[in-house]
Amino acid sequence: MAILLDRHTRLIVQGLTGREGTFHAKAAAAYGTQVVGGVTPGKGGSMHEGWPVFNTVHDAVRETGANASVIFVPPPFAADAIMEAADAEVPLVVCITEGIPTLDMLKAMTFLKGRPTRLIGPNCPGVITAGQAKAGIIPGHICREGRIGIVSKSGTLTYEAIHQLSKQGMGQTTCIGIGGDPLIGTSFIDALRLFKADADTEAVVMIGEIGGAAEQEAAAYIAHEFRKPVVGFIAGQTAPPGRRMGHAGAIIAGGQGTAAEKMDALSKAGVHVVKSPADMGTRMREALGR
Amino acid sequence: MKIHEYQAKSVLARFGVAVPRGEVAFTPAEAGEIARRLGSSIAVVKAQIHAGGRGKGGGVKLAKSPEEAEQLALQMLGMTLVTHQTGPDGRKVSRVLVEEGLQIDRELYVSIVIDRATARPVVICSASGGMDIEEVAAKEPEKILQEHIDPATGIVPFQSRKLAFGMGLASGPATRLVKLLEAVFKAFLETDASMIEVNPLILTKGGDLLALDAKVTFDDNALYRHPDLRDFRDLSEEDPLEVEASKFSLNYIRLDGNIGCMVNGAGLAMATMDIIKLAGGEPANFLDVGGGANADQIKNAFRILMADRNVKAVLINIFGGILRCDVLAQGVIAAVTELRVPVPIVIRMEGTNVEEGKRLLRESGLNFTTADSMGEAAAKVVSLARV
Repeated sequence: MAILLDRHTRLIVQGLTGREGTFHAKAAAAYGTQVVGGVTPGKGGSMHEGWPVFNTVHDAVRETGANASVIFVPPPFAADAIMEAADAEVPLVVCITEGIPTLDMLKAMTFLKGRPTRLIGPNCPGVITAGQAKAGIIPGHICREGRIGIVSKSGTLTYEAIHQLSKQGMGQTTCIGIGGDPLIGTSFIDALRLFKADADTEAVVMIGEIGGAAEQEAAAYIAHEFRKPVVGFIAGQTAPPGRRMGHAGAIIAGGQGTAAEKMDALSKAGVHVVKSPADMGTRMREALGR
Repeated sequence: MKIHEYQAKSVLARFGVAVPRGEVAFTPAEAGEIARRLGSSIAVVKAQIHAGGRGKGGGVKLAKSPEEAEQLALQMLGMTLVTHQTGPDGRKVSRVLVEEGLQIDRELYVSIVIDRATARPVVICSASGGMDIEEVAAKEPEKILQEHIDPATGIVPFQSRKLAFGMGLASGPATRLVKLLEAVFKAFLETDASMIEVNPLILTKGGDLLALDAKVTFDDNALYRHPDLRDFRDLSEEDPLEVEASKFSLNYIRLDGNIGCMVNGAGLAMATMDIIKLAGGEPANFLDVGGGANADQIKNAFRILMADRNVKAVLINIFGGILRCDVLAQGVIAAVTELRVPVPIVIRMEGTNVEEGKRLLRESGLNFTTADSMGEAAAKVVSLARV
């Protein structure tokens, strides 16, 4: 079962003809994803690497029956691309683009309200359902099919978690990078709700970062509604306040959003919190009693 | 991007926010001249650095004459100002703001930020201005008033009135606050600010509202569409190595420890700092080389790491997804050979083409220490840094 996408998902790539779009469209297809076309305004009607290119997302959806889109367009145009996909009623939109102005995302988030589209990201590595399909840049070869879900703010740290689980003999259902920006389409809680409803997922690894309060909110949700085991890690335990650690969202402001307060909230909610990022895999095996 | 107080005030003034009359001075003579021009009975001389808490550190002083203003500027310019926000090293003062002194009746607080949870801008006000707002929030949370703004309408007058009367303003100043908040909100949107804070916003004895202090931070991701605002950047407020790193799209932040880190991805870079600390070491930096790092970038990254004389050992932690481990290994070998890196290097890599990458490192004839996991890598680099 898994969540968000599977081998039946029909994926288009917004920004297909760009370098990144082309590279990752090929990688997704090689992984088994049904990539059905792409969108590059002005290049509609042409073919690119064997895929039809459309001028608009509307055209692409009408002609290909796409039900998911992955966005690889440059930052100044990415919010526009998100809104176009939502307007075309694409159910799942995954935005990889890093560096979108916050006020552009504010518009996109307002536009998405009341629409059925689920946005993942931006500034994220995307989504992969092990052994079935991927939308984004998570390397497929490190995944194993299995029963653990992953939700993470970070990219390469997600790969690290996948790798540790696979090494411990625990495969994954779906891995979601939700992104490290202040404004993102899918929160930890949204992802946990999906994992809760997924019978194939028996436990979840949750990877947070300093900044904001999304982890604390997730802790409250887990305490009240989430019964599956969760292993948690928070990056940035040693980060100094007031400095932005790469991600636009990763900044400790006025003593708020520290790793300590997030780890504390998660521990109190029953999450198996690890201090060391090297312990995510082993701790999961212990949590499952294996 | 952070800017100075006088720059923040000039931005706010552009949108119609009242600010005290004043100008920036780079020399004591200029400061005296400005005070003379202002002609006010009292002039305020304020050190301009990118950190708060200046008053307590001796960076804000009152002058009763232009001569005194010049004297105060002479003391401040060139001094190192240490506040609770600068860290123990402090910041060198190279410019001062000279302003008219005003008769203050009340000190209020106003700020605008984006609330992540609701994905909306939020206007925050408090009657307890002039204090650290985090302290107010902790001790007297009832004194913090908030209004979330619908992006479709912008700030609506009733919201400003709620805030004004909530802070106990009389009807005259309340009307002025409606105008002021409209102007601040407009400035927020039109400059792509990530934060505007006016603390204190003063109510004068005459009933006027003025921004006595202002802090504005711009969204780095939006600076490409504000060339005029980019000119506000003051490189002398930034660490020279961080400035150098930014030229090569390397995300580098200098810290106090002695273990240099080179990592791909912000989350993994933070996690690498964490695990070094857990192993008993201290990271010298945060460095994210990004997903598409090439040989050139790795060389530049090494150059920047080694420019920090505190670095006694380097930990490279790369999870190769798009970045292939063999390409990384070639880059590292080339950089270490060319730059003759004098400290031990521990490399932990995983992911695409990892076996080929490890073979290249082994056969390079260079003295690398390799590790198979983050935990092992951290333990090894910490012990090497101690030698």
